[in-house]
Amino acid sequence: MLSPLVKTTRRAVLGLASAVALGALSSVAFAADPVKVGFVYVGPISDHGWTYRHDVGRLAIEEAFGDAVETTYVESVPEGADAERVIRNLASSGHDLIFTTSFGYMNPTIKVARDFPDVKFEHATGYQRADNVSTYSARFYEGRAVLGTMAGMMTESNVIGYIASFPIPEVVRGINAFTIAMRKVNPDAEVKVVWVNTWYDPGKEADAAKTLIDQGADIITQHTDSPAPLQVAQERGVLGFGQASDMQSFAPEAQLTSIIDDWNPYYVARVQAVMDGSWESQDTWTGIDDGMVGFPGYGPAVSEDVQAAAETVKESIVAGTLHPFAGPIVNQAGEVVVEEGETLDDKALLGMNYYVEGVQGSLPK
Amino acid sequence: MSVILERRPTPSGLMGWLAPVLALVMTVAASVLLFLLLGLPAGAALHAFFIEPVSSRYGLAELAVKAAPLIMIGVALSIGFRAQVFNIGAEGQLILGGIAGGAVALALYPVNGWFVLPLMALAGIAGGMGWAAIPALLKTRFGANEILTSLMLTYVAVLLLSYMVTGPLRDPDGFNFPESRLFQSSALLPRILSGTRLHIGFPIAIAIALIGWVFLSRTLLGFALRINGEAPRAARFAGFNSGRLVWVALLIGGGVSGLAGLFEVAGPIGQLLPNISPGYGFTAIIVAFLGRLHPVGVVFAGLVMALSYLGGEAAQITMNLPVAVTGVFQGMLLFFLLAADVLINYRLRWSGKTRSITSSQP
Amino acid sequence: MSDALILSILTIVTASTPLVFAGIGELVVERSGVLNLGVEGMILVGAVSGFALANLSGSATIGVVGACVAGAVLASLFAFLTLNLKSSQVATGLALTIFGAGVSALMGQSYVGIAVGGLPKMNMPGLTDLPVIGPLLFGHDALVYLSFALVASVTWFLRRSRAGLVLRAVGDSHDSAHALGYRVIRVRWGAILFGGACSGLAGAYLSLAYTPMWAENMSAGRGWIALALVVFAVWQPGRLLLGAYIFGGISILQLHIQALGLSVPSQLMSMLPYVVTIIVLVVISRDSARIRRNAPASIGKPFHPTA
Repeated sequence: MLSPLVKTTRRAVLGLASAVALGALSSVAFAADPVKVGFVYVGPISDHGWTYRHDVGRLAIEEAFGDAVETTYVESVPEGADAERVIRNLASSGHDLIFTTSFGYMNPTIKVARDFPDVKFEHATGYQRADNVSTYSARFYEGRAVLGTMAGMMTESNVIGYIASFPIPEVVRGINAFTIAMRKVNPDAEVKVVWVNTWYDPGKEADAAKTLIDQGADIITQHTDSPAPLQVAQERGVLGFGQASDMQSFAPEAQLTSIIDDWNPYYVARVQAVMDGSWESQDTWTGIDDGMVGFPGYGPAVSEDVQAAAETVKESIVAGTLHPFAGPIVNQAGEVVVEEGETLDDKALLGMNYYVEGVQGSLPK
Repeated sequence: MSVILERRPTPSGLMGWLAPVLALVMTVAASVLLFLLLGLPAGAALHAFFIEPVSSRYGLAELAVKAAPLIMIGVALSIGFRAQVFNIGAEGQLILGGIAGGAVALALYPVNGWFVLPLMALAGIAGGMGWAAIPALLKTRFGANEILTSLMLTYVAVLLLSYMVTGPLRDPDGFNFPESRLFQSSALLPRILSGTRLHIGFPIAIAIALIGWVFLSRTLLGFALRINGEAPRAARFAGFNSGRLVWVALLIGGGVSGLAGLFEVAGPIGQLLPNISPGYGFTAIIVAFLGRLHPVGVVFAGLVMALSYLGGEAAQITMNLPVAVTGVFQGMLLFFLLAADVLINYRLRWSGKTRSITSSQP
Repeated sequence: MSDALILSILTIVTASTPLVFAGIGELVVERSGVLNLGVEGMILVGAVSGFALANLSGSATIGVVGACVAGAVLASLFAFLTLNLKSSQVATGLALTIFGAGVSALMGQSYVGIAVGGLPKMNMPGLTDLPVIGPLLFGHDALVYLSFALVASVTWFLRRSRAGLVLRAVGDSHDSAHALGYRVIRVRWGAILFGGACSGLAGAYLSLAYTPMWAENMSAGRGWIALALVVFAVWQPGRLLLGAYIFGGISILQLHIQALGLSVPSQLMSMLPYVVTIIVLVVISRDSARIRRNAPASIGKPFHPTA
């Protein structure tokens, strides 16, 4: 729809490990009938960020099953009154499995699912489930802990610039995971945060990156979608991390590594489950171990020490010996919010709305 | 020999109805060309765009749901545009209506009662009017152009809504996610067709169009607004206060947009979200002009516009067309509709006369 | 002057330049008595064309020229509909924005995720290396200089040239201008094509200089801001430049304030550029006689020649 406005919020990660609804063994389509899989996207598939990665997952399904599946997508579906209609139209046009890939689709997905008990729904980053609605998301904060470790070791100015989108728990959790990991290896380093109030505006993101560099940051990281901040880092001769995809082509020297949203294995597995009749409602919130959070290779600026340290963090997270939110965690007021030996549970992670020590400024409530 | 346009002494009534039909025919012809160029089956694509969305009861109801805000705002804006008041910030006024009306529902939560919706509607209207009052005040008091002020205030409104749903109006049990709680049942608009989302907003939109029609054609204030737009000096001689007309035009636009915003949050959405409108306030500007700034025309224009969005979705689902094609198609449709209107005031001739302008010779 | 301050000023320059380009084009269009709300669509088509051509040819110059042409081509659609077929300017302009967004997305499908080098920064040996004024005056890319040259030329054109006088006459009263024998439609065609080329330039600046890449809807509403700035400028090129730099400046300033770690909701900080623009407009609008003198009286009204 015609609008000069940048879309405000979308998506936000969550995954509440709660009751896995049983039952609803699917009535599988006849072998001759291809399984129809529908996708609802919040942006255009060419956003090169969030939606693009989901579409890569859709293509992976086609690749894996060939003629046995048929996929459909609807792009740039606003999170509001329109979402319910699009989801319902997909459900009523013979789709067996529907992925709704943004947080704002939560209530419409639940509403439509009630009227289509035989259709399976998968809602990304939400917390409401039903017999025929699963939720899934990635523990991106695990990836942020890896980036934070690298940044802490590599910064010389001890100032890291963080370009953030909207003040929602997913983004705050990422900032905190990054900061905690960074301070473990470098207690003097601090994180400066700039909120751009958009997921996607290359110009604004570039401006934010320049501002942070002007204020002393020598490493930039971002929770927005475009490669513009990395381009700035490359041009200014500082370092940075990619987001959602490998952005090395935009910043051959500056990109240290990136967090890759990899939905492919999950999507293929869920389609397989529908085909086998083994699909059931569940909550999936996995990270590095399942490959949902992936990394490309390291950039040329990353020394072997740093690579080794980053690999250790990854391995420890996978092994379960390291949790990015293991205590002690101190908030900005200097109060211990998580005691030594304890770990924040998923519920607390889900709704995180405060900064930890090491982030400059405070988060307005 | 070239085609020339010759001005008609009076606008053609017949062409008023025929022009859109002609535009539709031309759109179909051009789309066939476009789809062939893109290597797509033209027949199926056109079916998806025009027929499929309205081939079911549910589809028709959705058309009305989508058209309602466009019609309401389109009518209100055309009243202002007739008076040459360029309020292009209806989107912001819609958002403020949604915030104010939604805030009332949330403040009363979990109270249910017959008075909840009327209070929300009043708050929605007041919210929209309040937001529109800023450009009105700045225009009448300081001479600040309303195009700039109303547009800039729309950005402010979007950010304000974002602040509200991440702060004061956030769902207390929603894990700090950016949305309000779901409204209580009596804060939701009554549905008027079972199994669909059709709510009373649509009949109200039609009623607003009728009231707008009567207002413009039968009341002194409506007359004053029209005269102010067509001949401001005459309006001044007639004793109409142009400052007052600016206020009236903006408050009507703001109030109705605010109500439309409230209808969105209390109707199909049912809660406050960071996005409550996909740009209805801007699309309604096209709708107003497409409807030739006449309330009845606006109703049709609103339905056409809504259909083009629904058709775009259907084309994506059944044809796997990218959304970009929808934009191109929509643009073409609008161009033809707007261009065909030339036939209302002009007739085509096949030779050159002095009292005419040639279209081949700019 | 510290390095950080100089760099911040350079950031403001990049943020403001696309607004200057799109705004100066629209200013000329409006001075001729036409309101084209399709700026956003023309910027997008300019951006994708510029990027694609620069990519194919390997020459940023070809990209920039191509962007101008593409913007003008899209504008010619608007000119034909509004001038020759007398369609509503407001509605046609908005339709152009929808159309342009769609066309640019279609054209750009194969260019997403590709990087280009971007426009080189000026480097004048001796001058660019000077302290403070070196980077401030001699360190920009060529388009920044072009934007200033364009504002100066348009100022001269409107004030001093005969053609500019005709353009203004057409914008103030197309009927009188027509009676005097000026070709109203032809003048407006010219103005609209110029406006389209300028929007195309704004697009090229986005996709080749500001953030050298193509992505759908990358203009992110800048066309609309440019439209508002023309009003802000009361149709004067100098003030347009001022307005664009105020808007760009506040946008960057609020980022700096955030980075200092203030505890203010970020949404309120992001509102600043819009609010400040309104306040400044109110302050300058008090000189209403001047606004009346500059405002093109026949803006938005269709021209029906009667004699």
